[in-house]
Amino acid sequence: MEFISLFDVIGPNMIGPSSSHTAGAVSIALMARKMFRHDISKVTFTLYGSFAKTYRGHGTDRALLGGILGFQTDDVRIRTAFKIAQETGVEYFYHIDSRTKVEHPNTVDIVLTSKDGHSLQVRGESIGGGKIRIAQIDHIDVDFTGEYSTLIVRHKDRTGVVVYITQALACFGINIAFMRIFRKEKGGDAFTVVESDEQIPQSVINEIRSNPHIDDIMLIEM
Amino acid sequence: MYDFENGAHLLRKCEKYGVPISEIMKRRELEFGGLSEEMIRTKLDKVFEIMDHSIHDPIEDPHDSMGGLIGGEARMVWYHKLKGNTLSGSFLSKAIAYSMAVLETNASMGLIVAAPTAGSSGVVPGCLMAGMEERGFTKEQFDKGILNAGAIGYILMRNSSVSGAEAGCQAEVGAASAMAASALVEIMGGSPEVCFNAASLALSNLLGLVCDPIAGLVEAPCQSRNSIGAANAIVCADLALSGVKHQIPFDEMSKAMYRVGRSLPFELRETAMGGCAATPTGCALRYQCVVGEQIGERLEPLSKV
Repeated sequence: MEFISLFDVIGPNMIGPSSSHTAGAVSIALMARKMFRHDISKVTFTLYGSFAKTYRGHGTDRALLGGILGFQTDDVRIRTAFKIAQETGVEYFYHIDSRTKVEHPNTVDIVLTSKDGHSLQVRGESIGGGKIRIAQIDHIDVDFTGEYSTLIVRHKDRTGVVVYITQALACFGINIAFMRIFRKEKGGDAFTVVESDEQIPQSVINEIRSNPHIDDIMLIEM
Repeated sequence: MYDFENGAHLLRKCEKYGVPISEIMKRRELEFGGLSEEMIRTKLDKVFEIMDHSIHDPIEDPHDSMGGLIGGEARMVWYHKLKGNTLSGSFLSKAIAYSMAVLETNASMGLIVAAPTAGSSGVVPGCLMAGMEERGFTKEQFDKGILNAGAIGYILMRNSSVSGAEAGCQAEVGAASAMAASALVEIMGGSPEVCFNAASLALSNLLGLVCDPIAGLVEAPCQSRNSIGAANAIVCADLALSGVKHQIPFDEMSKAMYRVGRSLPFELRETAMGGCAATPTGCALRYQCVVGEQIGERLEPLSKV
């Protein structure tokens, strides 16, 4: 049984009003920000399910934007996220989609864009108690939580790529806790997601990047 | 060595080591939580700082809630108390004002400590902070109160539920009330056994309380439910300290609470489809808070309608 600490009961320290609709929304957006390695100039949120119904009363809109601005779930600046985004020159848009059926009631699609034309789509789900799950990157279904150090490698679905990644990790003494591969079609774009209990150093990323079939690497530290 | 599974188990540990509930909870945290004594103290200081701010801010500077259903109530209770003519007296009226204040902080996107949840976050700080100001509890006693409340909350999380969606408001405000009752008893010098008596009374008094948030928001009736959680905690602490015993032991009471919660229809478990939320007025308020926003209207705060 997982250890329940005093500070799981008297905690977390969080910006209200709701762990799932507010704190979870911050965490999803914060993950998206960490995955996008460019300066964000524009962000578009599409809210589904219960997010679409009660976003304003739960401050889900501000919470999402706050996460994009890099605020943690206990950052009092979340309340004034609209103003801060305007000051820092981040454009933000919301689409409220209560028609499309989604797997989980609290689902959001985030599209980040940079001035130099890079963009990234991330779908996140707030699964209760402030816990979250990333369900999609650039329309490819994935599944991870960000509770571990997470290495996300975008690559072509070719023989030997995964071995290359695991060898690089082994060379640097990184123990893999969980690892999964996601792809849309055979031979197309794929994601390998590696979760580890320990920090993954930048040197591993440089090593993995040298493989010609690898397009991009994202690292989310705990 | 210091871990425990339920109330009876914790009581045996307290007797074996001759220490109060708060001390076993602290030792458990040191043993399994990976925290040093210093780190626990730092975290408890942070809890105090946030709770202190979240009870005082809405009284000094009230904000409208995000949904517009609440805002300014804590200050109203506070002024009523200042007039010196409350029926509930200074300690109780302060505890209810503070417990309602935390819900205002929460509903206006302020910083709170979930205790055990955001929707029930007013009860424990309301009781403990009012105790500091009205009954002279020290910061050290506050810390012990938090540790004691944490132990009760942990047992409920492990063996029962503290989720409104799972078991109704009795699991959120009910749990918070049991936690606060037990904490108050320890601070007032009651034995661990008396703490559990107070917690058991508190759970049983709120047994069956449904979760029916208007418009699905953590605003109303959540805010006033926090005031009854605080009042119930104080009443049950006094009952237990006077020697009144509850017939049902805490562990059986917590299981009963869970079973009652599971037998509540889903309309009464946070879905906003029953109780206050499903009344004609509740539905009209939902329309203003939720449906209005979907068609892109920015409505005036409800207090002004």
